[in-house]
Amino acid sequence: MTPTSNWRQPEMRVADLRARLERLGGTVTFQIWRLGFASRFLGYLLLHSGTALRRFRLTVAEIYFAGVLSLVIILVSGLFVGMVLALQGYETLQRYGSSEALGILVALSLVRELGPVVAGLLFASRAGSAITAEIGLMKATEQLSAMEMMAVDPIARVVAPRFWGGVISMPLLAALFSAMGIFGGYLVGVELIGVDAGAFWSQMQAAVDVRNDILNGVIKSLVFGVAVAWIAVFEGYDAPPTAEGVSRATTRTVVTSSLAILALDFILTALMFTGGNGK
Amino acid sequence: MQQSKIVEISNVSFGYDPAVPVLREVSLDIPRGSVVGIMGQSGCGKTTLLRIIAAAYLPTRGTARVLGTSTRELDRDALYAMRRKMGMLFQFGALFTDMSVYENVAFPLREHAMLPEDLINDLVMMKLHAVGLRGAAYLMPTELSGGMARRVALARSIALDPQLILYDEPFTGLDPISFGVIVRLIRSLNDSLGATSIIVTHDVQEALGVVDYVYFMAAGRVIAQGRPDAIRASEEPFVNQFVNGRRDGPVPFHYPAPAYDADLELAAA
Repeated sequence: MTPTSNWRQPEMRVADLRARLERLGGTVTFQIWRLGFASRFLGYLLLHSGTALRRFRLTVAEIYFAGVLSLVIILVSGLFVGMVLALQGYETLQRYGSSEALGILVALSLVRELGPVVAGLLFASRAGSAITAEIGLMKATEQLSAMEMMAVDPIARVVAPRFWGGVISMPLLAALFSAMGIFGGYLVGVELIGVDAGAFWSQMQAAVDVRNDILNGVIKSLVFGVAVAWIAVFEGYDAPPTAEGVSRATTRTVVTSSLAILALDFILTALMFTGGNGK
Repeated sequence: MQQSKIVEISNVSFGYDPAVPVLREVSLDIPRGSVVGIMGQSGCGKTTLLRIIAAAYLPTRGTARVLGTSTRELDRDALYAMRRKMGMLFQFGALFTDMSVYENVAFPLREHAMLPEDLINDLVMMKLHAVGLRGAAYLMPTELSGGMARRVALARSIALDPQLILYDEPFTGLDPISFGVIVRLIRSLNDSLGATSIIVTHDVQEALGVVDYVYFMAAGRVIAQGRPDAIRASEEPFVNQFVNGRRDGPVPFHYPAPAYDADLELAAA
């Protein structure tokens, strides 16, 4: 037999099993430790946000990079999502003879759910990944150390403006996404299919509530904005300073942010739209 | 040369992992006004020592007094106040890639001094002139050669007229012309600013031409020190091997490994 057959002896199997368990435990404790580190990082970031808010120009530049440069993808996606909603919604509604309710369906779906969630997912992949890659590369090329050596706190000067830029951009992008989606729904529902324009708009106006629907949608998008911006800046700052490290961190930002958005959406929806709030 | 000490390292030990010390009982002094080289092989702890001087790390044991204060006693504000009196040149410059050359040099001025824009402009142009790159002020860092980037970084690190300039491997990857330029700049900037310079490098031959005094490190200790002539003539086996670039000596050519036969599986055959 080959020497490797020793592997199957019982004491080797126990050792093997123990090693696996240790690895599993190690992974879990590492993840918990990392979550704690990320929380302390957020705390430090918030404490040192003075520069980002006092010299608001820095944050405005990041709003441009995270927000304005994401406009095209957000607006185009919003338009298409709204158009598809109208097509599918009309298909179903007209079976029950209530196709005038199309405006309500399109608006509520977008404002409550699809606007914040889809805009958040797009934001994570467009802006979140860019933030992670930029901070990670600045770290890998010693730009952050250089700043530290110039007595400038990189968290205050580089990280905080990007965080706040993301947090401020996200609700605006989600609102624009919803607005564009409603316009897309109008184009398909009213202009293409021929639903009555008066019914489309007036029913929407009557049914969409500012506090219950729009405000809750804004709160959702704000929460997603904080989550994505936090994950993006943390992953960038924590990335190993190598090409591989930065690429992995970028991927992790997109994956973690997307999962966080979907999980948070479930929790927020459960809190906001259940328990008979009259809708 | 004045004899007051700008950096005093006494009995400093340090390890990223307590079990693996990188520095062992290092003691050295840097007199004000001098250009001092810290040399040795890659991994001998010289960059770590530089980071101890920059107070990026605190010594595990011993004290590092820099600009008159022990780095252990600094809180965040005092640390930043100290670093404002220091400049550091990183190995590859570490320029901010999203800013032009001009903005890179202006960065420390804008962050630390509330100066009117025309004064910042004058200062930036003076610093860039000192490194010969006034004409490159509006280029982006990606448009510069390695040597030019290093010079811009040098202009940036002297923007606040530091008392102490730290160089981390300033010669790595430079062509002979850029190299000569950097060597002359280190000396002329040091003397014209009245600063003190510490150069960490393994380019021994080149660096010996510019420094006043050399500390030689191996395995986390200072094993030799002296003026450049004394180092060149040193009989210490390690220094001798290093300065002359011999392949074998106290530092073996081979990284510790099992017997060659075993790795080639000759024994098993």
